[in-house]
Amino acid sequence: MQAHSPITTAESATGDDARLLRLHPADNVLTAIQSLADKTQVHIAGRDVTISGVIPIGHKVAARRIPPGDKVIKYGVPIGSAIQAIEPGELVHTHNVKSDYLPTYKRGEGELHAR
Amino acid sequence: MTTSSEPGIPISGYLRNDGRKGIRNVLVVVYLVECAHHVAREIVFPVRERGVHLLGFPGCFPNAYAHRMLRQLCTHPNVGGVLLLSLGCEGFDRAALLREIRATGRPADVLVIQQSGGTRKTIERGRAWVEEALTELQSVPRATMRLDELIVGTICGGSDATSGITANPAVGRAFDRLVSAGARCIFEETGELIGCEQIMASRAARPELAPELVGCVGKAERYYEALDHGSFAPGNAEGGLTTLEEKSMGAYSKSGSSPIAGILKPGDIPPTSGLYLLDVVPDTFGKDGDVQVRWGFPNISDIQEIGELIACGAHLTLFTTGRGSVVGSAISPVIKICANPETYRRLSEDMDINAGRILEGAASLDEVGAEIFDRILQVANGAQTASEALGHAEFSLVYKSFESLGPACLPAA
Repeated sequence: MQAHSPITTAESATGDDARLLRLHPADNVLTAIQSLADKTQVHIAGRDVTISGVIPIGHKVAARRIPPGDKVIKYGVPIGSAIQAIEPGELVHTHNVKSDYLPTYKRGEGELHAR
Repeated sequence: MTTSSEPGIPISGYLRNDGRKGIRNVLVVVYLVECAHHVAREIVFPVRERGVHLLGFPGCFPNAYAHRMLRQLCTHPNVGGVLLLSLGCEGFDRAALLREIRATGRPADVLVIQQSGGTRKTIERGRAWVEEALTELQSVPRATMRLDELIVGTICGGSDATSGITANPAVGRAFDRLVSAGARCIFEETGELIGCEQIMASRAARPELAPELVGCVGKAERYYEALDHGSFAPGNAEGGLTTLEEKSMGAYSKSGSSPIAGILKPGDIPPTSGLYLLDVVPDTFGKDGDVQVRWGFPNISDIQEIGELIACGAHLTLFTTGRGSVVGSAISPVIKICANPETYRRLSEDMDINAGRILEGAASLDEVGAEIFDRILQVANGAQTASEALGHAEFSLVYKSFESLGPACLPAA
């Protein structure tokens, strides 16, 4: 089975803004550790990005363009799918992302707890 | 699995007669029914700062889970001796428990209040036994303990929006280092992993373990549904969490990124190095085979969950908190990792690690992960945690029931 790649010192090595937290090198979203006003200039992976809209603390910013249907990656894993194109610097939240989760016991796998 | 890159960091442990090694040398006084609680507490009170801890089970009716929990706790390598307190007419099989403890070579005895002349005389006899046992404990041999002999648990409690982005992933980094150094690490709270069971299954060390991991979370989901307890609240979205799987990943990130070696139930000791999921949700099923709530909430508080980690052999527990839990535990030290910098400032005396610095740009996740790893070694070598220094030694145990593990759940020892 494939395990996730080991976590490295991503946040120092990738040239991300100190106001944005990258939880895993593969992530396409970063978490704001302070609120960011509209049009704030930030660095993401060494490039200049302009924040569009207000990003409250704890909310997510797109690190790169996420086309509709693509997975939103945080902690190195998919946490949902984009339902519209998301541009770098844009807020990533319930208005542009949907959950991919289906309850396990509705998947017709039968008695999951049976041993 | 990677080979150990950690230098041979020595831990000075306590060698028990059964060959296991502990990082503490405590005596436990155990009441076997609530009716014996007062007498047990009075025995402990004058020596509570000399490494004597109070445990117990309040129920009068016997319960296989409670018996197994107390057996595993009383024979835990951090425990040097055991005094059982029975009223005399409760259902707990005190003779069997005493036999099981004595089989490990520890000093152990039982006092039956109805046969010992009542409250005052039993307290006197208990205090005398404890004094003698404390002297005996001083001669327990010390032995060097390697990281591959260490078992570490993790739990989160009093979580807030900061938990999943600071303290929990920092613990995950410490867990990755521990596992690669050969330690056995345990994470739990299957009810908070709903939504990331497929992600978790993709980390199964063996193909046959993957459906077991998914089933484990499915059982938790149905159990909480039967309790009418939802997982994703509107407040989560206001805090920036978009989906159920994102919220669950915040709790799950404590597990780090190692392959998952197996599933445990309370009292199962991990047989090999690696990362394990502890299934804390009872196995109670109705005639139709579906989950049926029998005893109520899977765990009534964080304390009971810590007790279950310790019953799986955890020498110490990493406890992440955003809102600020202050608890510790009997038997095994608790290292508290505060996720929220404001909470840390309010409760700093109760906290061991300030992971909130990540939010203030003062430290990276890797730096806090390294600090947690270093603190684990210090605590394993005898340094007091914040909760130990403040005298915390909580314990809680109530009725539950479990089935045995299936064959796919554990690696070959």
